[in-house]
Amino acid sequence: MPTSLTIHELGARFRCGLVRPTEAVRAYLDRVVALEPKVKAYLTVTAKAALEQAAAADARFESGTPRGPLDGIPLAIKDVLCTRGVRTTSGSKILESFVPPYDATVVARLRSAGAVILGKLNMDEFAMGSSTENSAYFTTRNPWDLARVPGGSSGGSAAAVAADLAAAALGTDTGGSIRQPAAFCGTVGLKPTYGRVSRYGLIAFASSLDQVGPFAKDVEDAALMLQVIAGHDPMDSTSATVAVPDYGAGLGQGVEGLRVGIPAEYFIDGLDPEVEAAVRAAIETLRELGAKTESVSLPHTEYGLAAYYVIAPAEASSNLARYDGVKYGLRVPGARDLIDMYSRTRGAGFGAEVKRRVMLGTYALSAGYYDAYYGKAQKVRTLVQRDFQQAFERVDVLVAPTTPGVAFKMGEREDPLQMYLNDVFTIPVNLAGLPGLSIPAGFTQTGLPIGLQIIGRPFDEATILRTAKAHEAATPWHGKKPELAP
Amino acid sequence: MIHAYEVVIGLEVHAQLLTRTKMFCGCSTAFGAPPNTQTCPVCQGMPGTLPVINRRAIEFGIRTALAINCTVNADNRFARKHYYYPDMPKNYQISQYEEPLAEHGHLDLEVGGAARRIGIQRLHLEEDVGKLIHEGNLETAQSSQVDFNRAGVPLMEIVSMPDMRTSDEAAAYLKSLRAIVVYLGVCDGNMEEGSMRCDANISLRRRGATEYGTKVEIKNMNSFKNVQHALEYEITRQARALDSGQRIVQETRLWDPDRGHTVSMRSKEFAHDYRYFPEPDLPPLDVEPAWIEAVRSSLPELPAARRQRFMNVYALNVHDAEVATQSRGLADYFETAAKASANPKTIANWVLNELLRLVPGDDDKAIAACPLTPVKLAGLITLIEDGTISGKMAKDVFETMYRSGEDARTIVSREGLAQVADAGELGVVVDQVLAQHAKVVKDWRNGKKAALGFLVGQVMKATAGKASPAVVNSLLTDKLPKV
Repeated sequence: MPTSLTIHELGARFRCGLVRPTEAVRAYLDRVVALEPKVKAYLTVTAKAALEQAAAADARFESGTPRGPLDGIPLAIKDVLCTRGVRTTSGSKILESFVPPYDATVVARLRSAGAVILGKLNMDEFAMGSSTENSAYFTTRNPWDLARVPGGSSGGSAAAVAADLAAAALGTDTGGSIRQPAAFCGTVGLKPTYGRVSRYGLIAFASSLDQVGPFAKDVEDAALMLQVIAGHDPMDSTSATVAVPDYGAGLGQGVEGLRVGIPAEYFIDGLDPEVEAAVRAAIETLRELGAKTESVSLPHTEYGLAAYYVIAPAEASSNLARYDGVKYGLRVPGARDLIDMYSRTRGAGFGAEVKRRVMLGTYALSAGYYDAYYGKAQKVRTLVQRDFQQAFERVDVLVAPTTPGVAFKMGEREDPLQMYLNDVFTIPVNLAGLPGLSIPAGFTQTGLPIGLQIIGRPFDEATILRTAKAHEAATPWHGKKPELAP
Repeated sequence: MIHAYEVVIGLEVHAQLLTRTKMFCGCSTAFGAPPNTQTCPVCQGMPGTLPVINRRAIEFGIRTALAINCTVNADNRFARKHYYYPDMPKNYQISQYEEPLAEHGHLDLEVGGAARRIGIQRLHLEEDVGKLIHEGNLETAQSSQVDFNRAGVPLMEIVSMPDMRTSDEAAAYLKSLRAIVVYLGVCDGNMEEGSMRCDANISLRRRGATEYGTKVEIKNMNSFKNVQHALEYEITRQARALDSGQRIVQETRLWDPDRGHTVSMRSKEFAHDYRYFPEPDLPPLDVEPAWIEAVRSSLPELPAARRQRFMNVYALNVHDAEVATQSRGLADYFETAAKASANPKTIANWVLNELLRLVPGDDDKAIAACPLTPVKLAGLITLIEDGTISGKMAKDVFETMYRSGEDARTIVSREGLAQVADAGELGVVVDQVLAQHAKVVKDWRNGKKAALGFLVGQVMKATAGKASPAVVNSLLTDKLPKV
């Protein structure tokens, strides 16, 4: 059974009895055994549970009662999403032994749709990073060049989908953590509108920015995944009550007459010429397909990164306060007293980048500094939001590069600021709470994937998916696979 | 000299709300369950969990806010307050900071016959923390355990303005606030069990000064008495310090009720920077005017209004009206009995002296559990007034009623307690007594009027106390001159 099949292709085979879910799951598990030593996408593989779930799916197909398009589909989950009874680390030593007694809402929704969960995927610790090099366990490799990073923080998710180690995966995106690795690994990655998908059970990094979304082999699969995970959750007060449309329905309608905006501020010095060329070619493709393109301005783009690096660490410093050795996860023994237990546990349990951001955030919220940092950053955030609102008065979607460059070599970016610049085009979308996705838009001379970012109005995932689908149908990029001999 | 200073007191009161479930999750708030049995991933602060606001708690907050004349903010939101302590699952408490539920209220009091208005700065909601159980003393404990049953129970914090000038005023404010929350059914008001807690800020300044002195915060006062004693101790301590030229240190002090003094807990240098910021997991809470109006229209009559009405309608004095309205259950009890009786003042005496002596508390629960119903109490009073039983006997009947829940007439007839008022029957006894005590009759004739009392006593004795004293008196007065 080929593991290169998309969800909709595999589902069709399940429905006509050509392939059974257990066969598919076995094929994926075999491939994981063969390729994981190279790719290192998984932190935990739950083979036994996956085969049990697959057997249950087999039975449903045999009795003619499958649950829907995801029934029996082998998926994997970023290790930031809680899985009942399965260790969930958030890429951190401090949660090495944490086994949640509950499923994240998105995980529960996938389970009730019949999906099979193969395991948990590597990530930068607490989703802080752009390469998985901040994982407390190991660095995931880019399937297109094993010496390079897959991007991050959802690097394990991107690599797993690109290397066919899962049919699709869930990731999370706080400042680009779905779109950037999707671009680096040549997959589809969708960050939904803030509030579109429940955050319950997502181990928080920055609560006002975090959002769960799918990695998929094509746009249709991304739509199928979104269909299942989207919608209001009474356990998440920030999840929206906006109705969920049928994302598959308008997918093939094309872009005839669609107004496409090209933000001038996203084509700046430092943008890799090969990336720029690929993105301009994609814009040209959309135009040929009937879209009307125009230049728009998002003047506060350049302040987005700075605002983000105040807001996200501030929220993180608060969200990560609970990891203190008292209740769950790591507790370093031998402490003299309570404060000593806290410092030893947090000192040993958190990596350098997490500590850096906790310190940044603590400082930004301190008495006397709050207005100058957190307060100011919130004002910038409002300005960034307004930029997008104004642009969306004139256009239906925005297209831009996902990242300024392509996948870099492991260990290449040691300066944190250099690393932060990776997210310069993705962060404003999080600040504004908008939906954004990255799709393959070509390759560099050296064979590294390039991502095209499509940004939409709030809760208008349907239009960006339709735009992406039109581009995908007109280009060969999504069919390309990395060569990965076992 | 204490008199050289003006005392400035402000109180922060925390009241646990009587909601069935916790502030941000569906766990039960019931008190006394085995440790950590009323918890879930949310109130244990587990990774990935999120809070959801309990609307009932907001309603209780609005109810209280309206009763203490606050303005309810249409836009209010929760904020995170950070500090590390093992009883706090997330190491931040979800509270309210810049945008509290309600502000700018006041409470009118009467202290020592004078009317006083105490300003209310704000009312906000937050979640309670868990409880630490140490193995032995905190200082030497080898281990400590955490019980999160209480973590997440809704708390309402009411902060007064620094408007109180004596410990009596502080106690009166606290009592009045307690009566209000108990009346509203939002808190059981139990200070000993900690469902209502009070911290005080207190400073002294020279009379006539406009600037406030350095304030000291006092914690751990778990009764009205403790609040009063702690404040009095602190007033003396600060006055002495100022008299001897010392400066008051801004600090938090703990009241030690056993030793009767306050001890320093932490000074300002070690004060926490709580790093408040708006809770990103909860959107701003929109309190629509219609909601506020619905709550306003459902408010019960409040203690102050009821006190006044009891004075006007039932002619109770200030003190009795005050005691009778301490809790809604007690006031309801009195009013039901008073309506069933011709003599509300007598009812008040019995309720406030006899009933309160027997019931274990004046809270609604204790009153509701009382087997002696108010209508039955009115029945007892009727038997006294129509002369069926004497007031002295009535006390015994009352105790039997309280234990058995029977009505007064049943007990009186079963135990043969009814007074003998028949003049013919009693006349025979009176004649016997007069015959037996010729010497006393002689004394009476010689002007020793006290002899009458002795003769009445003898008649009562001969009838085992059942004779109607009124009838005996009139028979004796009638017969004595004729002997």
